[in-house]
Parts: sequence; C-alpha cells; structure tokens
Amino acid sequence: VRFWAVGREGEYAVDLLQDFLRERPDIEVDVQKLPWTAAHEKLLTAYAGDTLPDLCSLGNTWIPEFHALNALAPLDCVREPVARYHARRLLPGILDSNRVAGQLYGVPWYVDTRLLYYRRDILQKAGFNAPPTTWAEWEQMLGAIKAMVGHDRYSVLLPLNEFEPLLVLSLQQPSDLLRDNGRYGNFRSADFHRTLEFYASMFRRDWAPKMTNTQISNVWDEFGRGMFSFYISGPWNIAEFKKRMPPELRDAWMTAPMPGPDGPGASSAGGASLVIFAGSQSKPATWAVMEYLSRSPVQQRFYELSGNMPPRRSTWQSSTLASSPYAKAFLTQLDRVRSPPKVPEWERIAQEMRLTAERVVQGVATVDAACTALDRKTDEILEKRRWMMDQDRHT
Amino acid sequence: MRTQRAAWWFVAPALIVLGVFFFLPVLAALVMSLTDFDLYALDNFDNLRWIGFENYCAAAARAPVLEGARQHLVLRRARRADVDRRVARRGVARELEGREVSRLVPDCVLRAGGDHARRRCRRVALHLSYALRISELRAGAVGRLDPIDWMGNPHWAMPAIVILAVWKNFGYNMIILLAALQNIPDDLYEAARIDGASGWQQFRHVTLPGIGSVLLLVSILTMTGYFQLFAEPYVMTEGGPLQATYSVLYFMFEEGFKWWSLGRASAVAFLLFILMFLVTVVQLRLGRERSDA
Repeated sequence: VRFWAVGREGEYAVDLLQDFLRERPDIEVDVQKLPWTAAHEKLLTAYAGDTLPDLCSLGNTWIPEFHALNALAPLDCVREPVARYHARRLLPGILDSNRVAGQLYGVPWYVDTRLLYYRRDILQKAGFNAPPTTWAEWEQMLGAIKAMVGHDRYSVLLPLNEFEPLLVLSLQQPSDLLRDNGRYGNFRSADFHRTLEFYASMFRRDWAPKMTNTQISNVWDEFGRGMFSFYISGPWNIAEFKKRMPPELRDAWMTAPMPGPDGPGASSAGGASLVIFAGSQSKPATWAVMEYLSRSPVQQRFYELSGNMPPRRSTWQSSTLASSPYAKAFLTQLDRVRSPPKVPEWERIAQEMRLTAERVVQGVATVDAACTALDRKTDEILEKRRWMMDQDRHT
Repeated sequence: MRTQRAAWWFVAPALIVLGVFFFLPVLAALVMSLTDFDLYALDNFDNLRWIGFENYCAAAARAPVLEGARQHLVLRRARRADVDRRVARRGVARELEGREVSRLVPDCVLRAGGDHARRRCRRVALHLSYALRISELRAGAVGRLDPIDWMGNPHWAMPAIVILAVWKNFGYNMIILLAALQNIPDDLYEAARIDGASGWQQFRHVTLPGIGSVLLLVSILTMTGYFQLFAEPYVMTEGGPLQATYSVLYFMFEEGFKWWSLGRASAVAFLLFILMFLVTVVQLRLGRERSDA
C-alpha cells in the first residue's frame, strides 16, 4: 500500500503504523511524506501521470475537486457495512464534509475548525467575565477593549490575507453561499450582505488592524503583547500558544466557541481525511490501513504525538483530551460545524471572497457594490461547471 | 550536396533536442491557449472547449494585467533614473581600476546574504509598530514623521517592492556598466580635454557613445527582468494588499498552478511575450537612432 501523508502528520504516521505492520505482516505500507504547500500540485501532477498512491490524507475541502476528476473511490463500494458502522461513531458535521452527492469518499483522520482565542485577562479588565456568545455581545467587548487599549492596539486580529474568518462568519448565516446546486453564487443575499457589513465594521471602527499575516512577523508574540485580544484560528495554535506565550501569561488566554448572529454560531468543517484513489490495485489492504488509523487508541496516540484533534467521539473521552481546557471549546464547536460549498471551484471563490472583503475594508468599494461584483465573478468562475451540468457530464 | 547532408547530420541532435523540449512545448502552449483547458479537461479531453481568443480577451480585460503593466512602467522609470544617475557619476567610476575592485565587495556580500534572508529582515523592518518606533527616534531631528505602512498600504506596497528590486539588481547592472566604462580609452578623454570640452560635453560625446550599446543591453535585460517580476511580491506581499503588487507573472502563476486554468495561463504567457517583444523592438530602434545620431 502506497500512502501519501501530507504535512508533519506524515512523520507520525510512520510511528503509528509500526503496530499495524506487526499485526498484518502480509501488508506492506510505504509511507511517503509531502509538504502541505506542494501537496495539491503533486497530487494533480500524479493524477495526470497516473501515478496516484493507494491511500492519501487529503484536505477535506479538496475532496469535491478530486471527485470531479473521478480520482476517488467511493468508500461504500469498498466495504459498505464497515464504512456505515464507522460513520455512526464520527462527529456528524465533519463526516458530512467527506460526502459528495450522497456518496462517502473519505474517513476523517483529524479535524479542524476555527474558533476564538482570547485574552482572558484583558477581557476581565474590560469588565467581562465570559467570552461572547452572540455578535452583539462580541461587539460590546470589542468596543470596550478598544476604548481601553488606545489607538495603537486593537481588539481583534482578522488577517486580510486569510479568507477563513469571513468564511466562518458567513457560514453562520442560514442561507447557502452558492445557489442552484452550486451553479450560481449567492452573495447578493441579505445574509451575506449582513455578514460582510459586520466584518467590515470591525475594521471601520478600528477594532481590527488593516493588516495581513505577512505584516505581522510573529502572531504569538503580538498576542502576548496585547496588540489584539481576539484571534480566530484552528487547533494547531493551542500547542503554539502553550509554547510561545511568556510564562507570566500562561493562564491569561483561553479558547471559546464562535459567537453567532443570535446565539452560539457555527464554524467551518475542516481537517484531513483518508481517501482511497480509484486507481488503487489493493483496495482491501488499503482499507485495512485506513481502518487501523481510525481506531480510537491509535487516534489517541496520534493526538498525543501531533496535537491533531480526533474525529471520533469516543477518543474525545480519553484522559489527555478531556483534561485539556483548551480542547473543550473545540469539542463544543465541532458539534456546530458546516461544510463550505462542495464544488471544485470553491477554493478560488473563497479567494475572490477574501479579495472582495479587502476592497471593502480598504474603502475601495461599498458593501453593496462588493457583493454584486463578487456574485458576478463567482458566476463567471462557475460557468464551466454550469456547462458541464447542462451537458449531463460528471462534475 | 553531400556536405550539406553531413551538416544536417551534425546539427540534428541539437535540433531534435531543441524541437522536442522547446518548440514543441511552445506550440502545445499556443494550442492550449486557444482552449479552456482546466481541471475538467484534465479529467477527460471531451470536456475541452475551443474558445478561440476568449482567453486573450479575458486576460487583457482583467484589471490586474493592466495594473501589472502600469507597475512595470513605474519600475522601468525607476530603473532608468538609476542608470542615468550612475552614468552621470562616471567620473567616480572611471577611476575604478582593477586594484579598486574592493569597492564592489560590499555589494557582493549583500548579494551573498541571500535574497530570502534579506526579505525576512525587511519584513521585520517594515512591520508597522516597529517602524513607528524608528520614526519616533528620528522625530527630534527631522520633525514629526508619520510612519509609512509599507506593506499594508496599497499605495506604498509597490514602491517598497520597487526599492527592493532596484537595490537587488543594482549591483548586477553596475558590474556590466563599469566594464563598459573601463573600456573607453583614456586618450579619448585626453583629446576631448585638449579640445576644451567641458565635463558635460565629455560625458555627452565620449562617455555616452562609448557605453551606448551596453546601456541598450542593460536596459533590455532590465526590462525583460522586470516584466517577469515574481519572487519579490511572492515572498513579501503575496500580491497584496488589494492586489497592488500583483505582477503579470504572478497572475500567470495563480491562473496556471493554483487554479489550473492552464488555457488562460498560456494566453497570459503569450500576451507577455508579445508585449516584451514590442517593447524590445522599440528599445532597439531608439538605440539605433541614438547611435546613428
């Protein structure tokens, strides 16, 4: 079985698989590591050259794209009952991100969602004892903190070169980001309008600096210095903040689920899944590796090694995870996750969304004009998809 | 006849290599630029549509391309200014004989320091809150200066890249120009002085014609180099803020390797080729006129 493991997780996969190799001496696993930055290109090149591996860990937003390429084997055809049995024990929102057109294509390996990191001490100083649960509460806190810290510090960091914060906020609204089964954009909707207005207002009121991540040389240092008190980020930052925050601030920060428009809000369903490529010659053996990697004890070891959060509920009850106060908010949030639209073009649309938001923030466009322009741009990007669908071709 | 055939045999290996690895891919890219080759087409060639020059129109209509071209003009002006300045300082340069090569050393050290490391430093140096402190230090001497948010302000990000790019290429062009300046025989200047030529006249009638061809070479190299500006925005700003530092090559890279619309990306490549070809023709013509005059 050839296994392409993307990212740092590849190194841990080699360790994890030692026991498996003892258990199933008949199966040989060849783990090859890929960096995240090159993974997408390498996979597409391998697809073009017909050299895809049997097993791969794929960012779950890429699943629709590789599905459009007919590159993924549906799991139900491998061993239906096992896949179903497995499915029941997984966090439903994350599992759903692995489904395209009703078919399951991947098993979540580790999960990722975005939520709030905040400075407990600064929030307390501003007179708040608990993190926000609604946008209105959050606005109050942002305003109070800004009034307290003065003009060269801010309440929240929303890097202008990341689309995730805006995506999370817009997934909290009831309406979808694309309409007609992903044929057209839905950015003219009142819901998206409201989200963009809220996002832009945080910059207008000087609660968030108009900055990109490349301008801030060290996010962790600046968080420690109190340049901002809220930051929307993923689980990998728990370990980073633990490591990099100065000792006197060790208890000064915490994580909290995302506040929503009116009550606790949703966040994006991210993470990586294990998939079997359609061209694999040894699907049963590949499935055996996959099944082993998603066992609860193995996942717990994986968490201990890498800090990646497991997709199975039972693993969350393990001692190390249950005792981590920072992880608790993630478990809460993982019950309220939503997948971004599942079209192969999504990544590009998300970038256009980010650019649109940046234009509004920099004062080049109004919210109205920006929503219309984004919608038009999205329709343009989806033109080929519409053509494919009209011709009844596989998308 | 036989010798001619023998000649073909001799050049055949080179021709085949050139044909297979250069002309064929170029031809394929040209064909590809007339289609909407993308992910779907990668899956199945039936999903490929012939769309004629649509890619070209779309690419030309995209604001970033025009914006990118405008930036190249800004860059070119900056380059010219700095070439001229150096030429004007030829008095200093002409003194530079072999024994004074030491002057070049600092530049070489800077280059050896590695582009990436320097950009990292710059990123820290341009960090808004630290730039603020530096300006506070100077406040007493120069009066109150507002800090410039180099990388965050759409109006200043490109100048920041221009400064870096000019600095980066300064040494390379300087070496070529210095070699040309040293090639002008001293007796020409001596003769000019005897004829009573002023400093400016010497510069106008001896130095400029002397380095004219090299100046043309440098300007063409610089032009082609900056049309392909990529590494600087890629590392420093990722094309932002507000796509202010989005170069043509960056556009091509994103279309091709990020979004896999290879048809569109090939069209951009050919447009860039045509643009650079035209500018080079103009440059060559201007250069010829000058040497005729």
